[in-house]
Amino acid sequence: MTETLTMAEPKTREAPAPMRRIETRASTGEATTPGRSALAVEGLSFYYGKTQALFDVSLAVPERSVTALIGPSGCGKSTLLRTFNRMNDLIDGARVEGVVTLDGEDLYRPGVDVVDLRRRVGMVFQRANPFPKSIYENVAFGPRMLGMKSGGEMDDLVERTLRQAALWDEVKARLKDSALRLSGGQQQRLCIARSLAVDPEVLLMDEPASALDPTSTAKIEELVLDLKARYTIVVVTHNMQQAARISDQTAFLMQGKLVEVDATPRIFTQPRERLTEDYITGRFG
Amino acid sequence: MTPDATPATLAALDVLGRPAPGPSPREFATPRRRAAQAGWNLLWTGVTGLATLWIVLIVVVILGTVILGGWRTVTPTFLFANPAEGMTAGGIFPAIFGTCALVFLMIIAVLPVGVLAAVYLHEYARPTSPLTKLVRFAVNNLAGVPSIVFGLFGLGFFVQFLGRGMDRAMGLDVVFGQPAILWAALTLALLNLPVVIVATEEALRAVPRTAREGALALGATRWQMVRHVVLPQALPGVLTGAILSVSRGAGEVAPILFTGAAYYLPYLPTSPTDQFMELGYHVYVLATQSPDVDLTLPLLYGTVLVLLVLTFALNFTAIFLRAKIRRGMGLGDAA
Repeated sequence: MTETLTMAEPKTREAPAPMRRIETRASTGEATTPGRSALAVEGLSFYYGKTQALFDVSLAVPERSVTALIGPSGCGKSTLLRTFNRMNDLIDGARVEGVVTLDGEDLYRPGVDVVDLRRRVGMVFQRANPFPKSIYENVAFGPRMLGMKSGGEMDDLVERTLRQAALWDEVKARLKDSALRLSGGQQQRLCIARSLAVDPEVLLMDEPASALDPTSTAKIEELVLDLKARYTIVVVTHNMQQAARISDQTAFLMQGKLVEVDATPRIFTQPRERLTEDYITGRFG
Repeated sequence: MTPDATPATLAALDVLGRPAPGPSPREFATPRRRAAQAGWNLLWTGVTGLATLWIVLIVVVILGTVILGGWRTVTPTFLFANPAEGMTAGGIFPAIFGTCALVFLMIIAVLPVGVLAAVYLHEYARPTSPLTKLVRFAVNNLAGVPSIVFGLFGLGFFVQFLGRGMDRAMGLDVVFGQPAILWAALTLALLNLPVVIVATEEALRAVPRTAREGALALGATRWQMVRHVVLPQALPGVLTGAILSVSRGAGEVAPILFTGAAYYLPYLPTSPTDQFMELGYHVYVLATQSPDVDLTLPLLYGTVLVLLVLTFALNFTAIFLRAKIRRGMGLGDAA
């Protein structure tokens, strides 16, 4: 896996982040300090044109853990998630105030290489969106964009990644088939594999199981629990049981404000805020 | 809830299950009204149906006339021989060849420019910027310019200005500075540029946002996203643009009138600077310049039939190709 990474040409100008990451994690495989925060948000406000979607949000996401973002529809949880890989940049008139950092590095500082950022921060979407290509090519897409060529190394990477996403046994006999022939749950796991193939540090998941049946949902949840040993995961979910099952930390947002963030067991048993309690007990939302 | 507010018919109930004040909206639909509404419905079914029938009828009449008048004329000799005896006999092979060559050159010229321009407009340019709006406005207006204007522009710009300029620059006599298949193809390409741009943009717009985000989220650059995700998915739509421009190109006469089409040529165009015969123009010539109308008429029918068949054949090839690409991507045959 390290060979695949070093193939990405490090930028000559400042921000040597990709290099440092190879030294600290992927190559040595040594555990970083537990509890250190990978992502941090400080006083973040977000605007779509004149509409403000986030108000002064501050949040720390610990490394190698699962953080769940919950809250009613339109509360800004997806918006918050998409500030972590600057996916909101694509929206005309989007504006950010405050600081978002990844490993202490400001993501919105002028001159940040957004393309490289998105290689470090992968994303899985609400609706599985495999490319209309073969299963193999879907997984190989990211590495190819980095400059990796076909061959045994690529085959190994595809297999390893599909195994990581618990999909290998189901698809190993038909890697050349169109990804669109897979079931919804398999497509979503393929999308997870696709994100893992570029060896990101962080995995963002935007309601990854909301369009899936219970069995497929269970598989995705199991996968998330496996993956947190290696990756920092932030997951947006509408499903509070899901948040309780898979996350270590839960943040509750409402109307663009962060109401409460705490260890998941605590949020679901002894929330400090009345609003949180009302929401998780189903009084609204 | 007053007792006199309970009508005999079903009363409308409000959200709490109380009868609403006033009559139920359903009481407005008296039997007479309902009969009238049914009548109108029937009437408009008929009117819209008749309008459709009218179009079908016209197509049938046109096709019927052309096929009945032309099928006897279209023989292998007709297809593969030169016109003879002042165009009252012989075939139309030079015109068929010229049309195919013209359309081929035009596609080569128009597709890259049109597709790249559409990619820029849709993928790179900010949709709200005044410049983008201006360019779009210009493209849409270009589509409305009468084709004869393009013909005159082609003569003035390509033949007179560009062609003569090239001759002067290269110290040649008259090679480029005269009507030629190259200039005719470029003029046609210009005419079809809006068709290709609009069709390509349409195809790009149809590529779902989720596919784009999927690529960008994997750390693809914008160009990598366009090249590896957007364009492959938009290919069927781009082909539609090509189809449209082909059928338009094969039938347009005005743009090539001054820029390269020949009344009669005993040889086939072998160089881009040759003139050429073309089916549409040949139809015009046969219809207006014949020394003997009775002898020419069957040839005229035959030529029109060949032109129609050629256009249809090109269209069907492209439609078939498009369906095949769609199936190859596993997208199904749906639009």
